[in-house]
Amino acid sequence: MTSMKNLNANRRRFVQGVAAGAAAAAFIPGRFAIGGMAKVKVGILLPYSGTYAFLGEKITAGMKLAINQAGGKPGGRDIEYVQLDSEAKPPKATDNTNKLITGENIDFLVGPVHSGVAMAMAKIAREEKIITIVPNAGANQLTGSLCAPNIFRTSFSNWQPSYPSGKVVYDDGHRNVVTMAWNYGAGKQALGGFTQGFEGAGGKVVKQILTPFPKVEFQAYLTEIASLKPDAVFVFYAGGGAIKFVKDYAAAGLKDKIPLYSSGFLTEGTLKAQGAAAEGIKTTLHYVDTLDNPANRTFRPAFKKTTGKDADVYAVQGYDTGKLLVQAMESVKGDTGAQQALIAAMESMVIDSPRGEWSFSKAHNPVQDFYLRQVVGGENKFLGVAHKALAHPAKGCRMG
Amino acid sequence: MDTSFYLIQALNGVQYGFLLFLVASGLTLIFGIMGVINLAHGSFYMIGAYLAYWLTDATGNLLLGILIGLPIAILVGLAIERFAISFLYTRDHLYQVLLTYGLILIFNESQSILWGNDLHSVALPDMLAGSIPLTDTLSYPVYRVFVSAVCVVIALAMLLVIQKTRLGMMIRAGASNRDMVQILGIDISRLFAIVFGAGAGLAAFAGMMAAPLDAVYPGMGEGVLITSFVVVVIGGVGSIKGAFFGAMLIGVADTFGSVLAPGFSGIVIYALMALVLLWRPQGLFGQQAP
Repeated sequence: MTSMKNLNANRRRFVQGVAAGAAAAAFIPGRFAIGGMAKVKVGILLPYSGTYAFLGEKITAGMKLAINQAGGKPGGRDIEYVQLDSEAKPPKATDNTNKLITGENIDFLVGPVHSGVAMAMAKIAREEKIITIVPNAGANQLTGSLCAPNIFRTSFSNWQPSYPSGKVVYDDGHRNVVTMAWNYGAGKQALGGFTQGFEGAGGKVVKQILTPFPKVEFQAYLTEIASLKPDAVFVFYAGGGAIKFVKDYAAAGLKDKIPLYSSGFLTEGTLKAQGAAAEGIKTTLHYVDTLDNPANRTFRPAFKKTTGKDADVYAVQGYDTGKLLVQAMESVKGDTGAQQALIAAMESMVIDSPRGEWSFSKAHNPVQDFYLRQVVGGENKFLGVAHKALAHPAKGCRMG
Repeated sequence: MDTSFYLIQALNGVQYGFLLFLVASGLTLIFGIMGVINLAHGSFYMIGAYLAYWLTDATGNLLLGILIGLPIAILVGLAIERFAISFLYTRDHLYQVLLTYGLILIFNESQSILWGNDLHSVALPDMLAGSIPLTDTLSYPVYRVFVSAVCVVIALAMLLVIQKTRLGMMIRAGASNRDMVQILGIDISRLFAIVFGAGAGLAAFAGMMAAPLDAVYPGMGEGVLITSFVVVVIGGVGSIKGAFFGAMLIGVADTFGSVLAPGFSGIVIYALMALVLLWRPQGLFGQQAP
């Protein structure tokens, strides 16, 4: 509730700021003859309801924080946000994207969270040539076979956070592993990354279990794992499913007998609810709360101050999206019409992020460090770097 | 995979069935007796879970949370019946679907405003937090056994009320012929209010019992709603006995489907529904349509 108030207060403050900025702008001659001083319109397609609502909130807050910290006028132009609730529902993605691109005539498109929504959205963005920044959805294809000059991702590919886990699990001495995930794009691609890393190191995935999305009834599968008796289990679950899985895994008595590994989403934003059941779980991700770098040290208190909530990986992805937008607008001095120059500038950008500095691969996906974390005392503790500067192997991308 | 493996899976299936029964029994009562398609039934499940989270947090005790939360949920149900649904009894099903779908949106937004969009969970009382070892690797949580026991008690209580009391007689009569009940001079609006309140209460109670097992999160009622409708249709609309056996059937089928046909586990229950409907279009214990 407090967060809603804060968001509203921010919005109000923001509107006042825009009004003041507009009044000031009236006295300053515009740099461009036509429409140069018009507001830059950013369309945001994120979930604000349902299981993924908290991701949408965190990403939006992070992005606005970065833009406001940079003065709130990227490239000298006032900014206007058009927010749309994606509901994380792929069937509605096409309509929503069209509403933003043709209905609202936006300059930038930011979104989404859900990989299925992303696939539909990217198809339109490619055709309409709108500069699109993906702040979460990890579908490998977005920066693989479906890559496009105007599509950038500030988060990860589904393959990326799981791949380094393969070596971690092998190095911990486990040879036979059962993998488990929701049976949808992100789940399957995450397990694909892990399997490649783990079997590449010399281990063997004895069974891959795919459970219907988004069902959270796991008891039958846990019974199966108990009878298979693998050395370790690697899973991909997020949000409500992550909480339920971790609690069920511990309640079934498996936690102390068969170690549980995952990509970091299992323990991101869910630790408080998982409680003691999550203790000891090792994960790999491109961010840790306790990361010790200057950007993270200033980012976390600032995020807490504006939203009243603790920052997490989703907030960081939103924050980097905001930073990218600001830097991109500065590079063309606010001239969004110069798309070639804009894209060229974005491609060579280095983002000074709370997760550590990163830059874009040729397919426009972050080349970034992945960290090994372990849940200790209800927190994701930083154990080390699991994989330095990992780039997604952009199979099928004919760009660059 | 030995016999004990299948026995434990059967236990899993029955346990899942009990939880389904709790939600579906309320749905089948409302659908069968009042003729109302209540899409907002899943919302009461969600309300129950959030109340359990909120009140357990405030009182420090799940039992106390349920004792305070349940009357609140029933009151919300009664209010919805009185001020929204009662206007549509004489209208077509389509109006009810529209109204109750609207209610889902309102409930979801209220949840977001009241409790935010973060994910929560409910702590188990200490005495129910343990596990019973079954094999050398697997143990069974005491709380799941407790939930099953509570469900058995509720199922028996409902059976008693419906078979042995005057209210139960009216409910049974209402399920088989609503017009006749009205003609006989039974206060149908009072009966409807009781049935809707009880249905909402059952769904909320299921949400409260499930809250410590599950995570408490936005939109959690929607998945439950669809499975519950499948249970109601298989069991026969309006039949508590049908809801019970339908829930057991779905629970066991879903569990074994997940293990034996993993690629198709998502469709097992729907295939089962189609088969049952081909064989008995009115459901296992449903009344033959006149």
